[in-house]
Amino acid sequence: MLLKNIFIVIISCALVNTALAQDSTDIMKMLENDLEPTTDYTTATFKTSRLINGHTVENVGKGVMDVKISHRFGKINGGGYELFGLDNATMRMGFDFGITDYLMVGVGRSTYQKTYDAFFKVKLLRQSKGKRNMPITLSYVPTIALKTLKFEDPARKNYFSSRLYYSHQLIIGRKFSEQTSLQLMPTYIHRNLVALILDPNDLLSIGIGGRQKLSKRISLNVEYYYQIPEYKLPNSTNSLSVGFDIETGGHVFQLHFTNSQGMNERSFISETTGDWSKGDIFFGFNISRVFTLGKKGK
Amino acid sequence: MKRSFLVAAAIVLSATFAQAQRFYTKNGLVSFFSSTNMENIKADNNQVLCTVNSTSGDLQFSLMNKGFHFAKALMEEHFNENYIESTKFPKSTFKGTIADISKVNFTADGTYTVSVTGDLTMHGVTKSVTVPGTVTVKSGKPTVVSKFMLKLADYGITIPGAVKKNISESIEITVNCLLDQKL
Repeated sequence: MLLKNIFIVIISCALVNTALAQDSTDIMKMLENDLEPTTDYTTATFKTSRLINGHTVENVGKGVMDVKISHRFGKINGGGYELFGLDNATMRMGFDFGITDYLMVGVGRSTYQKTYDAFFKVKLLRQSKGKRNMPITLSYVPTIALKTLKFEDPARKNYFSSRLYYSHQLIIGRKFSEQTSLQLMPTYIHRNLVALILDPNDLLSIGIGGRQKLSKRISLNVEYYYQIPEYKLPNSTNSLSVGFDIETGGHVFQLHFTNSQGMNERSFISETTGDWSKGDIFFGFNISRVFTLGKKGK
Repeated sequence: MKRSFLVAAAIVLSATFAQAQRFYTKNGLVSFFSSTNMENIKADNNQVLCTVNSTSGDLQFSLMNKGFHFAKALMEEHFNENYIESTKFPKSTFKGTIADISKVNFTADGTYTVSVTGDLTMHGVTKSVTVPGTVTVKSGKPTVVSKFMLKLADYGITIPGAVKKNISESIEITVNCLLDQKL
């Protein structure tokens, strides 16, 4: 009888002790369940704000300046005499600034046709999970380009507005997995001046692009712009580019092959004349270096 | 009769255990600091869950890796994407015990040096660690504080050659949680 009673006491104490060990875990569970549901925004859909020639859905962060130096060498089919295009290069310097985490502005100057360009990019939707579910990121990028080459015919009446080009682009992107991201880029381009009376002033195209990560810091990128046949310049070809992103800390190096020589929207989307099958391929690179100017707002 | 007495004793005993106070918070702070000649990297997470049992010394932490905020946006992106891999491993936890909990008087103000042993889980790796810390009781509310180093390599976090000079192999972790809630 006594033995039985002692046994009961031991069992009771053992139960209490088990309960104690369980105790903290239960409290943690309770705390975790208690937490307000949060929205988990998708980050790093692409490594940088450009895919190859065009924009990605990525913005630079608030108070961050991204300096971009981009080169496109000459055509690879220039042969050994031109050292496969390396003898010639066009370049663009660009400065992008993050005003908020969803709004950035940028300016640039390309040696190609002595063009200045400016843009802003605003994120209208952000891909997210949790409290707020959103399957895609949607950005809007308008650009303006100013071609400052001397007018071909100084004798005729030339207008400043003839130097201006505009583009409006929506970017619909989705990070499907840590490795794979895709985006669609419907684009409208307006040219104030066209060469021939029959050339359209308004051009329509749709781009598709994506990245596949090969390792944590290297990804393979592809970018293609299909021009709607009725709304394209005659003799222009569709821009196709293939490249790699290599990220090292504050730098992103982008190495690529493309049939486009220009580096702003109206030139690479609507004025590409290179043909991959004929070897009209330009090797090029973009180097991005970010600087944090202000303290990131909490 | 004798039996019911023993059962009563058991219940009283349980009740004594049950009187143990469970302190907790949802707003604890965990920071980490990496220092090299090239660059200092610091991040704070002030949404750390923490609970301490005043009798058993049970101590647990849990935090979301995405809750670490950095001075530079790109650092935060790289931390989540390349190092802690917060999509794959969203949480970091610690489950352990304060070894010398008996010397902490939770009813009187004072500071007590303690030693904590337990399992730290981070980046999918669980390792047993023992770290020093203090429990400071003020107005009936304890604050647990600890500062210790951990090696990134122990948790399967590798630093690529290009940024070896910018990121230290050993990271200083600071824990500071005021356990202002009680059960």
